[in-house]
Amino acid sequence: MLSIKNLNKTYHTEEGDEVAALSDINLDVADKEFVCFIGPSGCGKTTLLRITAGLEKPDSGTLTVNNVPITGPGPDRGMVFQEYSLFPWRTVLKNVTFSLELKKIPKREREKISREFLELVGLSKFADSYPHELSGGMKQRVAIARALVNDPDLLLMDEPFGAVDAQTRNRLQHELLNIWEKKKKTVLFITHSVDEAVFLADTVVVFTARPGRIKEVISIDLPRPRERTSFEANAFREHLLATLGAEIQAAID
Amino acid sequence: MVQSMDIRRRILEITSIASAIIIWEIIARIINKKYILPSFTEVVTAFLELVSGGELYRDILTSLNFFAIGMGVAIAVGIPLGIMMGWFKTIDKAVDPIIEMIRPIPPLAWIPFAILWFGLTQYAAGFVIFVGAVFPILVNTYTGFRNTPRVLVESGKVLGCIKNRDLIFRIALPAALPSIATGVRVGMGVGWMCVVAAEMFGVSTYGIGWKIWHWNDLHHMDMVLTYMLVLGLIALVIDRLFRYIVQEWWLKWQTGVVV
Repeated sequence: MLSIKNLNKTYHTEEGDEVAALSDINLDVADKEFVCFIGPSGCGKTTLLRITAGLEKPDSGTLTVNNVPITGPGPDRGMVFQEYSLFPWRTVLKNVTFSLELKKIPKREREKISREFLELVGLSKFADSYPHELSGGMKQRVAIARALVNDPDLLLMDEPFGAVDAQTRNRLQHELLNIWEKKKKTVLFITHSVDEAVFLADTVVVFTARPGRIKEVISIDLPRPRERTSFEANAFREHLLATLGAEIQAAID
Repeated sequence: MVQSMDIRRRILEITSIASAIIIWEIIARIINKKYILPSFTEVVTAFLELVSGGELYRDILTSLNFFAIGMGVAIAVGIPLGIMMGWFKTIDKAVDPIIEMIRPIPPLAWIPFAILWFGLTQYAAGFVIFVGAVFPILVNTYTGFRNTPRVLVESGKVLGCIKNRDLIFRIALPAALPSIATGVRVGMGVGWMCVVAAEMFGVSTYGIGWKIWHWNDLHHMDMVLTYMLVLGLIALVIDRLFRYIVQEWWLKWQTGVVV
């Protein structure tokens, strides 16, 4: 589905220094796979996601989605940002209809489709509210609906639940899995939380400290719905924490 | 609770204005020279005379006409230019030095050229008002565009909004609206101040600004003061009206409107 080959990315700072962000990334993601990226801060996982979205360009290497090279943003890839990214001047419904407007889909039809997606994230009642009237978790649910309405093959999520409280976060994780099971999208999901990765992912990709390399790819072959505190989940968690711990130490040193 | 607070505030406001008027009246009566400080009652008499004669309406309409010409052109020039400079870096770099050269020149310094280029017409007055109003509008539009949150632009891009045209009109312009509204509001304030000067050189024998000078020449200070108060009152009405329109229509989506 998504194939990344020999990808490198270096940033040039204003002082003229070079900072290697990503080094020799090779990754294949299968159709309908739920992949979590995890790694120390500044390891380049967000950069990789942004390159996949088409918002940045790699220095070298290739990325393809269904064998089509990525040259810029496209409707085959949707993205949910870490920051709240709803258009504040549009109502919840109009936020979701945004991409359909650009596709020139007639008003009645695009609103009907958008309402279905609001229903999916449980926010039908808030269709006519403005973003400032919503809580953080609700905003991210609308952002998910807005990304999905475009019917992308690949959903890119950059720590979407990073800014919400722990309880809301757990509920959003559940809802996301439900949506993923219904819509069967391929998901790339960045997280800082080992718990989140073990609960959500089919595959966890662990990154090294800067420059970001893929350190380990772990399959979480646990049946869903998963028990957060089960023995198996704990085993994965411990393994991930140990792997990450070494990298976080390296990042500090 | 809230209501009683409101009423108390109103009472305070009215008391404050009433005492100012009473003090004014007393001082004017002590001085007892109409050409130095006309009293409140004299101003009210002059005002009623102007209203009943119908002259005041014509003056107000004349001034509003100049104001509308100047503001209309200022908006039509300032917003598009601000958009272009805010969005395209090359245009910004090319135009900004010129703007920064012209901007510090006081609008009134343009009066000779206004007369030279437009003659003693409404457009000469409009031009002076335009010069006063255009820069606040331009600068605020520019700043608004510059401060478009990156995440909104990128959200637009991943949702299929790629072309500059779409990004400008669907993302950056709505995001910049609060800033543009502030620019228009400040521009209207400066523009209205320019009305007096713009009418001074005699593009019309009506107009609030013109009448201030006219009655000054005749030493009718009660008339002068009446027109001054009308000038302030209209500015207040325009500002309140604009704020109301912005809050109720334009920027209803905002929590606390900045203007």
